[in-house]
Amino acid sequence: MSNMKSVYGTGKDNYTAKIRLKSTILVIWFIILTIICLLPIYILIINATRENSEIANGISFVPGTNLGKNITKLFKDVNYRTVYNVWIGYRNSLLITGFSTVFTVFFSAMTAYGIHVYDFKLKEISYTIILLVMMVPVQVASAGFVSFMLKLKLTDTYWPLIIPSIAAPAVVYFMRSYMKSSFPLDIVEAARIDGCNEFRTFVSIAIPMMKPAIAVQAIFAFIASWNNFYTPNMILISSKFEQKTLPMMVSAIQASDKFTDYGAIYLAIALSILPIVIVYVLLSRFIIAGVALGGVKE
Amino acid sequence: MASAAQRRIKSISYAKYGYLFILPFFIVYFFFQLWPLINTFIISFKGNGSAEALETYVGFDNYKAILFGGEKRAIKMVHEKFASSLVNTVILWVGNFIPQIILSLSLAVWFTEANLKIPGKGFFKIVMYLPNIITAASVAVLFLQLCGEAQNGPGALNLLLNKMGIVSQDSVSEKYDTIKFITGVWQSRGVVMFIQTWMWFGNTMIMLMSGIQGINPSLFEAASIDGASSGQVFRKITLPLLSPIMAYTLVTSMIGGLQMFDIPYLYHKDPNKVSDNLKTVAVYIYEYFHDIVSPKMGYAGAASVILFFITLILGCIAFYLTRDKDEIAKKKQRKKIAQQNKRESKQFGGLSI
Repeated sequence: MSNMKSVYGTGKDNYTAKIRLKSTILVIWFIILTIICLLPIYILIINATRENSEIANGISFVPGTNLGKNITKLFKDVNYRTVYNVWIGYRNSLLITGFSTVFTVFFSAMTAYGIHVYDFKLKEISYTIILLVMMVPVQVASAGFVSFMLKLKLTDTYWPLIIPSIAAPAVVYFMRSYMKSSFPLDIVEAARIDGCNEFRTFVSIAIPMMKPAIAVQAIFAFIASWNNFYTPNMILISSKFEQKTLPMMVSAIQASDKFTDYGAIYLAIALSILPIVIVYVLLSRFIIAGVALGGVKE
Repeated sequence: MASAAQRRIKSISYAKYGYLFILPFFIVYFFFQLWPLINTFIISFKGNGSAEALETYVGFDNYKAILFGGEKRAIKMVHEKFASSLVNTVILWVGNFIPQIILSLSLAVWFTEANLKIPGKGFFKIVMYLPNIITAASVAVLFLQLCGEAQNGPGALNLLLNKMGIVSQDSVSEKYDTIKFITGVWQSRGVVMFIQTWMWFGNTMIMLMSGIQGINPSLFEAASIDGASSGQVFRKITLPLLSPIMAYTLVTSMIGGLQMFDIPYLYHKDPNKVSDNLKTVAVYIYEYFHDIVSPKMGYAGAASVILFFITLILGCIAFYLTRDKDEIAKKKQRKKIAQQNKRESKQFGGLSI
């Protein structure tokens, strides 16, 4: 034994030391990347609490004392209130995001269920179509989309922002894969014998069984819809203030020359990302797992 | 033993329910995605500007104008703008993809290496994915504030660079020799590339990590027993086995890059005028059909169709690269066996055995 140690000992120690050194260097590198990832957001939050002149004269890593004044300015001052109103933004974004999220997961689960459970002639071909159209990006059809919506007089309404979420090919694909692995068809048969009709089988048996898949996809649908700037900006042509979503309001800050107080600007940006950051902090584990699972997304 | 009820159920056809369940998807898909796409093709053959012109067919004029330009100044502009938007898109995409893939791949390899002792891997992953979920519009405006110059100061980033000794300050007039992060051609492009990398490297890293975790761990074990260095493991095992996923990442990122809109569209100080150095194809299309005074639907449509075909080609490449080679080989073999059986059975008077 002691003989062996004298032969292999130094080599092993050397190896461990090497690994330890590499690990340490990597941890330092990861910490640098963490700082790069968080620094812009940190400065954003700090600057939201500072005064205009302070911001112009330097950066600071400790919070200022001007948060109350910035809030008053953003919410009370007419110049600011008419460009950016966080409550209207939250309301509109939440309305669109809420409906589209529910529609996306419900109808995608329904489509996946239809293809998975039933046998019909066009089953394979319809699934192939769904897989094919998954790749087509939205921007490509947007000129045709807008001109069609203009004809239907649906621009400046929320319908073109909510209804299309019923057809989400990538989500259907994900749900179908999930069903394949964890939804046995015997359950449907058992429900039929017990006299349950087809739609109720789906709602009260399939949906509860698919909760994990639905949760993951709901989170992603929520984030995608909340962050969407392109479609609302393109559909809400006359950009009435009452109709604007939160990303549209943020972009209005940039185009406005009335917004001159930097503290208020940073506060406005911070408020616009606050809900999504809260959602992320609460659900980050699911989100990371979901990204790893659905490599097909994006 | 099958009960009477079970037998009866077997005899009922449930096919109609299948159609019923997938119907909403296909109706909505047709009206809100497929028809707009077809409509884009149709309007690409129609005119631009006035309501009347929007309804008249002009043949391939829009395509000619976009791809080759023409004698008239206005048409020449259309072509030049498109060409420059394509160049901008490619520059911005290449400039964000190369650092992004290097960063993501190295991080993915380090995170999955079993013998390294790194505490808080979960925390690092969560933090690195964070920029991806933040509203792109807010990110653009935030960086505009950080990189821009204030009325009476050099702005946050320039101040930081001054502290680091990169940006100098004139001692007499106290003016800073600032870097023009918004108006400069390459500076602004650099910032947009940085933002895109910052937002997407976490996502790519997690996708590549799940790819690496899908590789048979016994291969890594065998390599480590044989005394392979981590560089050798990376070159000889990880990279070759990861190449389908890498190719997939490349093509999806290309397709995503062609659609780059939010950040280039918002990253400018001049109200209502997108910076020419940042105009991507998506911005180009958007500006044409969103022109309220005289919507140039024809040009927007034709540019969209060109973009569609580029995407289609990229998509086909992705499909070709990620297809399951073993599965195809097996299929071929099966076909061969089937044919052989057929031939043999013919020898016995066409009776299959």
